[in-house]
Amino acid sequence: MSTTAPELLRVHELHAKAVEGDNDILRGFSLTVREGEVHAIMGPNGSGKSTLANTLLASPAYEVTSGTVVYKGDDISDVSTTERAKRGIFLGFQYPQEISGVSVLQFLRQALSARKGIDLSILELRLAAMDWMKRLGMDSKFVDRHLNQGFSGGEKKRNEIMQMAMLEPDLAILDETDSGLDIDALRIVAKGIREVRAARPQLSIVLITHYQRLLDEVKPDFVHVLVDGRIVATGGMELAERLEKSGYDSFRSERV
Amino acid sequence: MPALASIVLPTAEEELWRYSRIDALELAAYSLGSLTTTVSGDESVVSRESRLALTDVSSEPGDAFETLHEEEVGRQSTGGARDGGAVRVATSRGQVVATPIVIMHAARESGVLSFPSLEVDAAENSEVTVVERFTSSVGCRSLLVPMVKIRAAQSARVTYVAINELSRDTWLIGYQRASGERDSSISSSTIALGGDYSRVRAGVRLVGQGASAKQIALYFADGQQMHDFRTLQDHAAPRTRSDLLFKGAVRDTAKSVYTGLIKIRDNAEKSEAFQTNRNLTLSSGAWAESVPNLEIETNDVKCSHASTVGPIDDEQRFYLESRGIRPEVAERLVVFGFFADVIDRLPAAAQPDVLRRKVGEKLTAAATAGTGATTGARS
Ligand SMILES: Nc1ncnc2c1ncn2[C@@H]1O[C@H](COP(=O)(O)OP(=O)(O)OP(=O)(O)O)[C@@H](O)[C@H]1O
Ligand SMILES: [Mg+2]
Repeated sequence: MSTTAPELLRVHELHAKAVEGDNDILRGFSLTVREGEVHAIMGPNGSGKSTLANTLLASPAYEVTSGTVVYKGDDISDVSTTERAKRGIFLGFQYPQEISGVSVLQFLRQALSARKGIDLSILELRLAAMDWMKRLGMDSKFVDRHLNQGFSGGEKKRNEIMQMAMLEPDLAILDETDSGLDIDALRIVAKGIREVRAARPQLSIVLITHYQRLLDEVKPDFVHVLVDGRIVATGGMELAERLEKSGYDSFRSERV
Repeated sequence: MPALASIVLPTAEEELWRYSRIDALELAAYSLGSLTTTVSGDESVVSRESRLALTDVSSEPGDAFETLHEEEVGRQSTGGARDGGAVRVATSRGQVVATPIVIMHAARESGVLSFPSLEVDAAENSEVTVVERFTSSVGCRSLLVPMVKIRAAQSARVTYVAINELSRDTWLIGYQRASGERDSSISSSTIALGGDYSRVRAGVRLVGQGASAKQIALYFADGQQMHDFRTLQDHAAPRTRSDLLFKGAVRDTAKSVYTGLIKIRDNAEKSEAFQTNRNLTLSSGAWAESVPNLEIETNDVKCSHASTVGPIDDEQRFYLESRGIRPEVAERLVVFGFFADVIDRLPAAAQPDVLRRKVGEKLTAAATAGTGATTGARS
């Protein structure tokens, strides 16, 4: 990956806390992502990975206490969730919400019209969604089911990838999309991610994961280790391998 | 009828009237009058008279308004039928009435107390659908005390739909009393979008083995509206089945109340009763109360009740907004989603598509402007 590709996201010394809580969860988090790069973020439970993902989408549950987030050259601190999404930031949720009475198709229609400003006909939309569902090994009847309701954990995660594929973001943050997937489902999801990248080489991905197996499939450009709300080590796949073997203990004292 | 001023009204101290606006009502401010009522559909089953008594369809003691209603209907029928008097829909054995009978009530004048009366008397193995629609003109500060009595004889199928499209100034204190005999089925639905204070007391009584009843309501109050429902599922025979689904939303400073009782009497073994009431509070100033109750006098029955009151989940909002969906569109999606199962279960006669549009209009209106609600029942 060429380091001269334009910068897409620059997070600088970010501190953030839960609105309900007192202490910062992110404590000086910094990261720069260029177009087309894949960054893996690994870290122990509770280290702040989901807090980071949610904060990047301006979740009302979190509050930035200091630091900046620059996206496509703009400081987006005061930009709403809706607007961030329209500008091309996508979050694949660790725990996707179930919304009763709203079909996957209805939801996709609203999301696509917001993101791309085009109103696809229900038929066009159905065909496009069914195409991706097929590629992701999902039954096409999912398009008419209520959003994530009664979906298994794996089905919810695939549904997130399908949305990513259809919404064509510029920056995709995938929060543990691999957790809870069996090995076959994981391969399908990884293949989905690769296909989306092949179609859109400039797509940048922040891949939050606990496991090396997804990284073996997706091949990140960088691997970062997040401990206590900040990055304590950055490297390549060898970092993931070291984590897989000996866990996070050796990183806890390592402060860069 | 005694002078309205001398009638002793219930108070909000009484359990049945708890949370209600009854204390704001001054009957003396009204004078007795009638509505404009029109009936369409198969005329051969419609007459303007009353033959059913409250005790034919209900085991509950009538309250003050039911008693007034009965007296007034009795007085009118001895004086001969007239416009605004009772409407009776009666089928003959085995008759299937193909299209719905539609009754439209329109209130125009302020200060009028009226007692619109409807009865649906379905003979053995007959089938009929009746839609009753209440409307009033803007600024019409009147009080409607309607009552529908439904009797479904053996194996009869009755579908009833009440639609409250009253203006924001009109009060309604209504009663729905239904009784089902052996193997009959009753479907009773209420759609309440209108009114100032609108209350419905809806009871079904299953007196014949195998009888079943389905009760559905969709309500949505905004501005200073209040919707108030008191339901009863009274099982008085074996193998009876009742299923109730009431869903409502409140917004601005609107209020809603639901209290419901499932009563399974000692002879009602192998019965099934379900009761679900869910409420969405769309503004911090809006208020909803939900009180489910069970009274079971026999074993070997299947019962469940569920009740919730709460705002749209923040995480659901965030999920939708994270896909670029604007907050007001996200709210619309969730509200429509919330109502989807009720709307799906409404009979065709309730015109689900029209209803969806009206709910949408109400969401839009509430989102764009303050509402023209007025206070109180005093006129
Ligand atoms: N909304 C919240 N309110 C209060 N505390 C929170 C909230 N969200 C996160 N936290 C706390 O912040 C810390 C970081 O949580 P976060 O979900 O970001 O961790 P994570 O790295 O994603 O963990 P996991 O690997 O379990 O998904 C935890 O201690 C968590 O309990
Ligand atoms: Mg997490």
